Amino acid sequence: MADFFAHSLSLPSPLAYLLAAVVHSALILSLVAVAALFFIWLERKVSGRIQDRLGPTRVGGKFGWLQTLADGIKLITKEDLAPRDADQILFRVAPYISFAASYTAFLALPFANGWVAFDTNVAVFFILAVLGLEVFGVILAGYASGSKWSLFGAMREAAQVVSYEVPMGICVVVPVLLAGTMNLTTIANMQAGWFTNWLIFHDPFTFAVFWVYFACALASVNRAPFDLAEAESELVAGFLTEYSGLRWSYFFMAEYGSMLLVSGLATILFFGGWNGPIPLFHMLGWTYESGAGWSLLGFVANLGGCINFIVKAVCGVTFMIWVRWTLPRLRIDQVMTMCLKYCVPLGAICFVGVLLWQVMGLPSPNDWLTLRQGPAGVRETWLVQPAGLAEERSLPAPSAAASDREAPRPSPEAVRFAVDALGQGVAR
Amino acid sequence: MSAINDPRVVEFDVRTDEMLVNMGPQHPSTHGVLRLVLRTDGEVVSMAEPHIGYLHRCAEKIGENVSPRQWVPYTDRMDYLAGMNMNLGWAMTVEKLLGLELSQKARHLRVLIVELNRIASHLVGMGTYGLDLGSFSPFLYAFREREKILDLFEEVCGARLTYSYITPGGVTGDLPGGWLQRCAQFLDELTPVIDEYHALLTSNAIFIKRTAGVGVLPAKLAVGYGCTGPVLRGSGVDHDLRRDGERIYTDLYAGYKFEIVVEKNGRYPQDHVYPPVPGETVLGDCWHRFYVRMLEVVQSMDIVRQAMEKYSTAAGDCGTPLKLNHKLPAGETYLETEAPKGQMGFYLVSDGSAIPWRARARSSCFSNLSVTSEICRGCLLADVPAVVGSLDIVLGEIDR
Repeated sequence: MADFFAHSLSLPSPLAYLLAAVVHSALILSLVAVAALFFIWLERKVSGRIQDRLGPTRVGGKFGWLQTLADGIKLITKEDLAPRDADQILFRVAPYISFAASYTAFLALPFANGWVAFDTNVAVFFILAVLGLEVFGVILAGYASGSKWSLFGAMREAAQVVSYEVPMGICVVVPVLLAGTMNLTTIANMQAGWFTNWLIFHDPFTFAVFWVYFACALASVNRAPFDLAEAESELVAGFLTEYSGLRWSYFFMAEYGSMLLVSGLATILFFGGWNGPIPLFHMLGWTYESGAGWSLLGFVANLGGCINFIVKAVCGVTFMIWVRWTLPRLRIDQVMTMCLKYCVPLGAICFVGVLLWQVMGLPSPNDWLTLRQGPAGVRETWLVQPAGLAEERSLPAPSAAASDREAPRPSPEAVRFAVDALGQGVAR
Repeated sequence: MSAINDPRVVEFDVRTDEMLVNMGPQHPSTHGVLRLVLRTDGEVVSMAEPHIGYLHRCAEKIGENVSPRQWVPYTDRMDYLAGMNMNLGWAMTVEKLLGLELSQKARHLRVLIVELNRIASHLVGMGTYGLDLGSFSPFLYAFREREKILDLFEEVCGARLTYSYITPGGVTGDLPGGWLQRCAQFLDELTPVIDEYHALLTSNAIFIKRTAGVGVLPAKLAVGYGCTGPVLRGSGVDHDLRRDGERIYTDLYAGYKFEIVVEKNGRYPQDHVYPPVPGETVLGDCWHRFYVRMLEVVQSMDIVRQAMEKYSTAAGDCGTPLKLNHKLPAGETYLETEAPKGQMGFYLVSDGSAIPWRARARSSCFSNLSVTSEICRGCLLADVPAVVGSLDIVLGEIDR
C-alpha cells in the first residue's frame, strides 16, 4: 500500500509509509472497536436466548443492536475515577496496554488473501507473542488498583496466561508443521478447495489438537470456564474491581478483541481461513491472486473470502459465548492441573501424531475426495508451493496414492500426474 | 487435591505474607450481607471467620410489643425465601400454647403451601449455588420455575414474597377456584426441568470438580454445631422434623408417604431417575448438600401432589385467624419446624396478656453458618463461596 501511495500521490517514501501505516491502523482499530461492539451485543443476545430471556430489545430497533453503543456513551460520560490508594500512573496506563496488545496482534492477521496489514513470515509467532503481552495490562491493573481483590485477580491471570502459552504454542505448531510456514496467508491458501482440505480434517490428531487449542485459547483470553482473573463470585470483579467508565471499557474491548483474534487464528490454522467449504470462486474461475493487479472478479472473490473468514471467526466467538453461559468456573489449581496434566501432554501427543502421520504418509480425507472425483484442481493447492518452498520441503503433502505403493516418496508432480491419470481413467 | 487442602503442606512449601481480606458485606456471593474475614496465604485460606449483624432489624424485640397475629409479617422477613415456612413455625408455636386444633382441611392446606414454598426455596438455593460457582444460567432457569410458584402464591394471598398467609388460627383465606389445577399443571411442568438442572449442575464435570470433597462436614461436627436441614442430612444424619419432630408438628404430615432424603448405605432413596453419586464425592461435602436439596425438591413435589388430593377431599374450613386482642394463656412454649434451610424454632413466653412477653426465633442458618470457619480452614479462596453457598444461608434469618 505504501508503494501505491508513493506512486499514485507521488509522495516521498517515508510519508507514503506513514500514510499507509495510518490507513492500516485506522482500519484495524475500527475493526476491533466494531467487533467489540458487535460481540458485546452478541454476547448479551446469545446469553439472553440461552437463559430464556430476550436480551436487549429497545435501543436501535427491535433487536437492540445499538445497545452497546448506548452503553459506550454512558461509559464515556462517567467520571474518570482512580482510587486514592491506587498507583495513579500505572492505574491509568494499564487499560491501554491491554488494549494495545490485543489490537497490535491484529496487524499480522490476514482477513483475506493479501488483506493483511503486515504480511510477515512469522505471523503465527508474532500474534502469540503480542497477545501474550495483554497479560501485562492486567497485572498492572491488579497491582496498581491498590485493592486486594484486584491483586488476587492479577496473580491468577499471571499464573494462568503464562502457563497456557505453553500448550497453545504446541497446538499452533501443528498446523505450522503441516504447512511448513508461519505465514498465515500461505497457511490459509494451502487449505483452498473443498472443506476436506481444511487442516482440522487432515487427520485425527489435527482434529484433536484443535480442541486443545480452543481450550487454551479460552484460557488465554480469560473466558469462562477460565475467567478466574475476574471471577465475579469470588473476587468481586478481579482486576477490574476498581475500574469504571472508559478505562473499564478498554479492558472490555481488549477482551473481545482477543476473542476475535484467537478465533481468527483458529479459523486460519484449522478451518481454511477465507476458503469456504465449497470452492465456489475457484469453480467460477475468479482468482484470489493478490499482487496480480486489481480486477473486479478478484476483488469480489476476496470480499467473499473476507466474509467467509469473518463468519467463521464469529462462529468461534459464538461458541465461546455459548461455553461461558453453560459451564461453571474452574478453580485455580484445577486450571493449572488442566494445563500441565492434560493440555500440554495432549498437545504434545497430537504434535507427535501429526508428525508420524506425515512421515508415514497416511491419507487425509481430501485424498479420497480427489481420487474419486478426479483432478478437480483441489489437491493442486496443496502441491503448488510458494516458489522455493517446494524444493526445500522434504515432506510433501500426504497422498493416498503415495502411501499405498511406492516406498520412495514421489515428487509432488508425480503424485499430481498419477492423480490426473487416475481421474481421467475414472472419467472414461 | 489433598495436599493443597492441607495448609501446613502449602505453608511449608511456599511461605508468603498473609493477607487479611474482607469478603463482604458488599460482595456478590455472600448471599446478602454476610461478612467473612479471610486470612489468606496466597490463594489458600487459613482462616475464615463469619461476621453477622448487618441485617439486624430487632424483630424479636418487636415481637414483645405486638400481638402474635401482628408478628406474622416479621416472620416473613426472616427467611424471606420461604416466608410460608416461617409463618407456619410461628403460627404453630402460638397454636401450641393456645392448644388450638385445626380442621383436616386447614392441615392439608398448610402442608400444600409449605411444601410448595420449600420447592421455591430450594430452587433459589440451587440457582444461587450455580452462581457461586460461576455458572450463571441455572440461576435464571431456577428463577423461571420459582416465578410460577410465586404466581401461585400471589393468587392465594396477594403477595409474592412476604405472604403472611399462614397465621395463628388458620390461614387468611381459602384457595381460589381452579388453583389446584394450576398447581398440578405447574408440577407437571417442573418435573422435566429437574433433569435439566441435573444435567447443568449435578452431573456436570466441572461442577463435580468444584464441589466434590470440598468443605467436608463430618456428621459428628454437623451435630456438634447444631446444623440442621439439608446441611445435616448432607452429612448423612437421618434427621428430619417432619418425621422426628414434636407430635403437634408430625401430626401435620401424618398419613403422608415420604422418605427422608439422606444417604443410607451409600445410596439415596430412589423415587426418581437421578444422576449417580460420583465416586470422588465424600459424604458431607458441598456436592452432597446440594444433591440433598435437589432430591428434596422432587420429594416435596410428591408431598404437594398428595396434599392436593387430601385437601380436595378433606372436611372442615381452613380456620380463622386469631383476633388481635386474643389473650394468650400464661406460660411458655417452644416449637421447631422443618423449614427448607433447617429447623426453625420459635420460643414464646406469655404473661397472660394478648401480647407475648418474649418472642424469640431460633435460626437454622445461624447454626449452619457457624461451621464455616471450621470447614473453610485450609481451602482455596474459590472454595469459600462454594462452601458458603452450599450451606444455603439467608442473612435475614440469621440477623432477624
